Amino acid sequence: MAKRALEGIKVVEFAAFAAGPGIGKHLADHGAQVIRVESRSRPDGFRTHYPPFKDNKPGLNRSGCFSFFNNNKYSVTINLKVPGAVELAKRLVARADIVIENMTPGTIGRLGLGYQELIKVKPDLIMLSTCNQGQTGPHASHPGFGSHLSSLSGFSHFTGYPGKTPLLLYGPYIDFIGEGYGLICILAALDYRRRTGKGTFIDCAQYENGVQFLIPAMLHFTVNGKIMERMGNRHPAAAPCGAFPCQGDDQWCALSVFADGEWQALRKVMGNPSWALDPKFDTVLGRKKHEDELEEKIAGWTRLLTREELMEKLQNVGIRAGIVNTMGGLFSDLQLDHRKFWRGINHAEMGWHHYKTGSFFLTKTPPEVTMPAPCLGEHNRYVFLEVLGMAETEFEELVSRGVVE
Amino acid sequence: MDKVSKQPEGILAPYRVLDLTDDLGFLCGKILGDMGADVIKVEPPGGDPSRNIGPFVDGVLDPEKSLYWFAYNTSKRGITLNLTERTGQELFKRLARKADFVIESFPPGTVESWGLGYETLKRENPRILLTSITFFGQTGPYSRYKASDIEIMATSGAMSLSGERNGPPLRISFPQSPMWTGMHAAAGTLLAHYERELSGEGQHVDVSAQASTLSSLAHAPACWDLNRDDPHREGILMTGRSITGAVMQVFWPCQDGYINFIVYGGPAGRKTNLELVKWMDSKGMAPAYLKEIDWDKFDISTATQEQIDAIEKPAGEFLKTLTKAEYFAGVVERGMLGYPVQNPEDIFNDPQLEARNFWVSLPHPELGREIPYPGAAALFSQGSCTPRCRAPLIGEHNREIYEGELGLSHEELTILKQAGVI
Repeated sequence: MAKRALEGIKVVEFAAFAAGPGIGKHLADHGAQVIRVESRSRPDGFRTHYPPFKDNKPGLNRSGCFSFFNNNKYSVTINLKVPGAVELAKRLVARADIVIENMTPGTIGRLGLGYQELIKVKPDLIMLSTCNQGQTGPHASHPGFGSHLSSLSGFSHFTGYPGKTPLLLYGPYIDFIGEGYGLICILAALDYRRRTGKGTFIDCAQYENGVQFLIPAMLHFTVNGKIMERMGNRHPAAAPCGAFPCQGDDQWCALSVFADGEWQALRKVMGNPSWALDPKFDTVLGRKKHEDELEEKIAGWTRLLTREELMEKLQNVGIRAGIVNTMGGLFSDLQLDHRKFWRGINHAEMGWHHYKTGSFFLTKTPPEVTMPAPCLGEHNRYVFLEVLGMAETEFEELVSRGVVE
Repeated sequence: MDKVSKQPEGILAPYRVLDLTDDLGFLCGKILGDMGADVIKVEPPGGDPSRNIGPFVDGVLDPEKSLYWFAYNTSKRGITLNLTERTGQELFKRLARKADFVIESFPPGTVESWGLGYETLKRENPRILLTSITFFGQTGPYSRYKASDIEIMATSGAMSLSGERNGPPLRISFPQSPMWTGMHAAAGTLLAHYERELSGEGQHVDVSAQASTLSSLAHAPACWDLNRDDPHREGILMTGRSITGAVMQVFWPCQDGYINFIVYGGPAGRKTNLELVKWMDSKGMAPAYLKEIDWDKFDISTATQEQIDAIEKPAGEFLKTLTKAEYFAGVVERGMLGYPVQNPEDIFNDPQLEARNFWVSLPHPELGREIPYPGAAALFSQGSCTPRCRAPLIGEHNREIYEGELGLSHEELTILKQAGVI
């Protein structure tokens, strides 16, 4: 195995659900040692409340939601409400480079693990707090999940058909924008520390991260006073542009035609049917004007083909096309397979299953999946005895006092 | 660059980026630029075709007035350079000697065909990091395929999870895959950068739009992987929260738009449900059976459809009576989960963003106005990360860079201009 980019970097996570742990997963995939501080009295909500569970049997170590964002990490269980627990957590922080937390703002400070406290034990610490709306401001402490925040930040407004109800995005869409920006901020802060010796506190508001994905729509309002609306699958300058039904049950392929030459190529692939030779479809203006009819006619042809056939036929003549992958399809997608996107590994309770890796692939120092998501508290002995070098007697004492659960 | 000096130094201030991307990769350079790196956007002579993407300032169709271009090229300087000509390629190599990062989004093999691939650039500058951004990756069966946003949203799986149950799979109308891709490209670039500063040697980072956009699916792939269950789009209904298969409605019509309210479990859901019932009761709209539910015992992961429906029906009637603003004020005051479905105007007027000084006004002297932009993606105790200056005009910094930095004479620049190199 090649050396990975972040070997030697140590991370402590006081994080749950998606956005915080998702950042740690990237770091861990690239070689950082990531220790999750969890507790039995208040486990990660993904372990307890959210399917899928392996074989639909709930269990702390059977959650697919949890495992998806937590491979390659170590889990310790510290009940931070018990006297002495905060001191123990600080011992982990004192040897770490990075702390990630995504509690409701103010919570980590009340626990005695705020940035100002932690820099007393680790002066050049990089600490990332990521939450819905940021650490400051009138709505800072308002609780929420990504599934709600995706509506506050404009994504629901842009999903659906004109004049109709917004439609749902699966899961907490915006959390993963928060994950990406959080990762970027930590990596920039690591470079800053390397150059200056100084740590950094980073306040990431997932709301503000999310708006970065919609800036032109925001400028259309701030500059032109206009509100861009949802428009289904259509595109302002392409026709057709949409998902077209293919042979089989609920099989689809997306395609889009921009230039006239692409339309002529599509006509030819379809076998130059007489309807397509109508001059009203010759120009993009005509195709936009008669888009409903155009889509219906094309669908009549696409229904005869499998989605893979359609994609290949169109791509071969330079027309943009892509199969609509289902979740099952992603695991047999030829391109993702080529990139070794999914990595299989065995888990004590869930058996053989897969983790995603690089959207970005570092060719010299590629990411690896080395461990499955940890069972709750799986690494207590390893982390406290071997990593912290604690004596067996002290460990047992911490367990008996309920500090280590 | 005056505007730049007024801002606190960016966290990536010492670095230079050569940005050869089109709209698939704009966000990568913007992020690095907002973080303070000196990003030089390299456009073909005459300007980048992405300048034709709307909307436009006052609807005026002008490559210097594309709001899409403005949006994702803040904090960059701009030069023109024809990379298909030998002269342009030689000039680019000279620029690369002094650069820390090169980011590009041409089809696989293109920069190599110009003699500007990683192996060549490495000879000019062993530290160089080349980030290549493509639809599907540098190699593999789809690597030669073309795409726009919809094909990436399709192949990444995102579309299969949105849309009406019996209708076609649906994408977000405002293109999202370039954002997922540009953001992941910035992350990959900085990961490789950390390693490069230790080893002294750069590398080639291969970013796939399909794989980047897959991040937006949350845990949905795990449903298949663990249980061979393939989540299906269900319109406005949230699925996968209860092992009974019960679904929850997410969007509710209100007086002036839509509201996001979801029946949730866990401690946060318990409080929300309790507070909603109290709120409904204060308006005489809570049926007796709703007030009797013991929310401590309510478990969303085993809830049945019957239980959910009994909660949602009166809740929907109540939500219909509210405006977006009333709902927003109510959920904040009561600590409930939920938000209005905000449009860009609502977002611009959100007091939270105002309190955090999120909006940044950037001068556009040639338009005679300042434009408010979404600002810092994150707040740092050291350094900053915020748009520093507006996007460059076509070739705006040609003299500054070619004459000032590469030391070309004005006569040489005149030749290059007439030869179509810049």
